[in-house]
Amino acid sequence: MGLSTIGDNQVARRVEDEIFRSGRDLRGTGFRTLMFSALAVSVFILAVLIVQVVVDGWPTLSGRFGDFWSGTLRSRSSDDGLGISQGLKGSVWIAAFVAFFSFPIGVSAAIYLEEYAPRNWLTNTIDIAIRNLAGVPSVVYGLLGLFLFVKTLNGGQSALFAGGLTLAILVLPIIVITSAEAIRAVPSSLKQGAYGVGATQWDVIRTQVLPFAAPGILTGTLLSLSRAVGEAAPLILVGAITGRLAARDSSLIDQLGERFTAMPIIIVGWVRNSGADEGFGPAAGAAIVVLLALVIAMNSVAVLLRGYFEKKRG
Amino acid sequence: MADISISNSSTAAVGSLSVEALAGPQKRARKEALIRSVFLLASLVSILISVLIVVSLVRESWTFMTQVDWSVTWGQNGWRPRRGLYDMPTLLVASLIVTVIAMLVAGPLGLGAAIYLSEYASKKTRSFFKPILEVLAGVPSVVLGFFALFFISPQVIERIGRNGWLVIGAVIIIAYLAVIAGWTRNLVRREAGTELATQIKRVLTLTALVATALILIWWVNSVAGSGDPASADFFSVKRSGQLAAAAVGVGILTIPLVASVSEDALASVPQELRSASAGLGARKLTTTVQVVLPAAVSGIVAAFIIGISRALGETMVVFMAGGAADEATFTSSPFEGSLTMTAGMASLATGTDNVVGEGLTFQSLYFVGFVLFLLTLFLNIAAGRFVNRVRERY
Repeated sequence: MGLSTIGDNQVARRVEDEIFRSGRDLRGTGFRTLMFSALAVSVFILAVLIVQVVVDGWPTLSGRFGDFWSGTLRSRSSDDGLGISQGLKGSVWIAAFVAFFSFPIGVSAAIYLEEYAPRNWLTNTIDIAIRNLAGVPSVVYGLLGLFLFVKTLNGGQSALFAGGLTLAILVLPIIVITSAEAIRAVPSSLKQGAYGVGATQWDVIRTQVLPFAAPGILTGTLLSLSRAVGEAAPLILVGAITGRLAARDSSLIDQLGERFTAMPIIIVGWVRNSGADEGFGPAAGAAIVVLLALVIAMNSVAVLLRGYFEKKRG
Repeated sequence: MADISISNSSTAAVGSLSVEALAGPQKRARKEALIRSVFLLASLVSILISVLIVVSLVRESWTFMTQVDWSVTWGQNGWRPRRGLYDMPTLLVASLIVTVIAMLVAGPLGLGAAIYLSEYASKKTRSFFKPILEVLAGVPSVVLGFFALFFISPQVIERIGRNGWLVIGAVIIIAYLAVIAGWTRNLVRREAGTELATQIKRVLTLTALVATALILIWWVNSVAGSGDPASADFFSVKRSGQLAAAAVGVGILTIPLVASVSEDALASVPQELRSASAGLGARKLTTTVQVVLPAAVSGIVAAFIIGISRALGETMVVFMAGGAADEATFTSSPFEGSLTMTAGMASLATGTDNVVGEGLTFQSLYFVGFVLFLLTLFLNIAAGRFVNRVRERY
């Protein structure tokens, strides 16, 4: 072609290439497509997962909807009384434990770390402890719960309170970290203004910091609640029941000392039973649909809430 | 407040305004100190928990380590805690297999998603995909366990096992074709416009077409043939649950974590670097691969380490889909069933109020837990170092 009159053949080719292939960045487009497909595959897997679970669980859920809610753990899948009521009860209790213990302690710890803590070795130690606790595998928390609550406090008997406290401990670091982030985002001008009119530190925290950080703290708490509700490994270690559990009518306080199960534990039990009794597979699918709906609802509310407040504050 | 304004208005009172008076009433100071100490107490809980975890792990595993006959912890060809055989290699190798396969899934997908979201996606695309990834991050692991057992295992892993030669062959041929294609492209470029180039192009296109057709025919034949019960599996694949299926499930769980940490790392690369690169005439691809990725490399390494630590600590997926129940025989094949460290612990504790078995069964639980705790602690500290390195740089 024309440009080959330029002495260096190689350079001429390159220039020619760039001119005649302008606007066609093949490699760039290829790379972009590859990266996008990584994202798309991840989302596609989620879609397949949800569809698969719903397809597996729907017949049970739609066929015997009322019975499934009010039923209990049974040893045969064909039993009409099979259902998830005990699991729901256990999961609600666990959420209550998280709300009652982790939320106040976690937010208080976050307030201390962000508003009060001096720069010294103690603060440093607390910081390192929280960071490392957040990375400890959940089974290890189960070992702690087994040792502390079951063996030491309850004489080797598994009980609902042990499961609740174990999960409360498990999500504590998450609540501290997310709350601390929310508190850190409070503009210092807001605090300075309050100090300027004579407020004490507690006044500033109470009237300025907490209201401003509330959406972030709430989002973090919702995320950790859904984490606690979906967590199974620590509960298995502290002795949640996977097999058969007789229904009992006991007062709320008595329930704390009784053997227990939870939604994820029911699912694990049924999946493991499905090898011997195939009917447990669809039952597990149905229980997963319920659990997934619960968890996704909590997560979505948290994400939407955060988006709403982010937008509102620009 | 009131005191100060009064003293300002009357000059006579100025002399009485001391530092103590400015500090406000004693009662108020005492209340503040009390509140402060309550918050301090709350934050000390985290130290207490850390200490309790270490104490409980060390106490019970110390009993195990001092009392166990060490010959039952190595080379026993199986983890059978209820019969007093605590073969650690069985658990360690299974954990290694699961972690490696999980990272082969989560690494490329998570990093790719992060690169797209951070470097390419428009604001609108981002706000569509990010919440979805967050939902994926919130899916409980028991759900992935179910999915791994009832979908990934029969639909993906067993197929790969059945058609092992096909998969290996396809990978080799695709790699071969890619090399040929790259070589041809360079050749054609060098000889662009000449008669020779057109000739080469024609020959190679024809070869590629014929090769593709042959592969397709072979593929269809083999897939049809695999329905034949007499045809043996390429790999011996355990039915209903195997390490590979569980590992893919763990990998899926790890994708959002790797994606979000890598995205943070990419986002922390200053915009000036991208602008400067573009200003020098680099295209987007060059900027991303040669400027942004190297600048964020510490953070990406951290993302992978955190991913490994997460995969190592994941329990339920392997417990449900790993293809082993109460005990495991040593295996180094991902197509067999086995127990990882975490799944081994869960299976020991399942279904009973108490961990029962031989004398040291309960303590073995804590020994495995202690090993796992040390491994993840080490990984997390390493990841923290890498994250800090990015922070210090920009």
